[in-house]
Amino acid sequence: MSDLHVRIWRGDAEGGFSAYQVPRQESQTVLDVVTYVQRQLDATLAYRFACRVGMCGSCAMTVNGVARWTCRTHVSKVIDDQGALEIAPLNHLPIVRDLVTDMAPFFDQWAAASGQFSGAKTRHDDFATVPPDSPARRAIDAAIECIGCGVCYASCDTVAWNPAYLGPAALNRVWTLVQDARDTATLDHLRAVSGDAGCQACHTHVSCAERCPKNISPTVGIAGLKRALTKATLKGQL
Amino acid sequence: MSARLQTWLWIAQRGSAMVLAVCVSVHLVTMVIAVRGGLSAAEILARTQGQLAWLIFYSVFVVTVTVHAVVGLRAVLGETLGWRGWLRDLCLGAFALLLIIVGARAVLGVFGAGQ
Repeated sequence: MSDLHVRIWRGDAEGGFSAYQVPRQESQTVLDVVTYVQRQLDATLAYRFACRVGMCGSCAMTVNGVARWTCRTHVSKVIDDQGALEIAPLNHLPIVRDLVTDMAPFFDQWAAASGQFSGAKTRHDDFATVPPDSPARRAIDAAIECIGCGVCYASCDTVAWNPAYLGPAALNRVWTLVQDARDTATLDHLRAVSGDAGCQACHTHVSCAERCPKNISPTVGIAGLKRALTKATLKGQL
Repeated sequence: MSARLQTWLWIAQRGSAMVLAVCVSVHLVTMVIAVRGGLSAAEILARTQGQLAWLIFYSVFVVTVTVHAVVGLRAVLGETLGWRGWLRDLCLGAFALLLIIVGARAVLGVFGAGQ
């Protein structure tokens, strides 16, 4: 197999791409390529990963212009005919160094969106009964497997245009809480996702749903939040 | 501007879009039928002037256009030019006033009140 021609972003926001030759291997992932460069060619390369099996959400990068989880992205799926591979940090987040972005703005939006569960029961109460086939529980099932990788945030045009926008992942999280029969702060959640930075800022471009490695559709959740927010506003509850 | 008011603006824009879908359809179909029927502008105005139904229809049209355009422009200015804050909203308020005045003149012309 011929070598891969890899270009990797080096430095901070003012940095640029550096070129590397990496041996092509079978079933090679993009994370394998980055790891090869760091261990064999340039030990100063900074990047982030942990589980390597698509669970932790820490290895997301921009691969040939598209945000992806690199541990589960096979090189064969993303290289062009010339075997070129361009790897950059995620969009819309401050670059710490090389391929490492500061994820704080991403997770700060989860807090700003009121993404915390608020229950009324204590450990002394009985379990809540939630029918598995109820519409609300099904809506939660479709949205709950988010691993917080930031791919949706990096792919969202609205985030690029409106830095205050809460983003697909945070809104998806709030959607699961609004659907949760045990959560007692529905109106607080809706209040937190209202306004110019909230769910109504979404233009339904569906980039988040297209790029989500877990096949979640934040767009569906955001549309649900818009409906819930509209009803609550028209009823004068907010 | 409070998040509550921003939400009301968003609802108003969605609501005005629904009304506009009807208004634009009625307007275009009427114009096409009238023009293809060979009516001149003067003949069209002769039929609309004094008609309360057309006065109400085009008044609704102008109001919904104003709401929809101004709220939409507010988002465009914020997202495309990064222009946000009270000055943008003040300028858009003035633009809304302009649209209402210009639209009202046109509606009165169709109804014939200015004749």
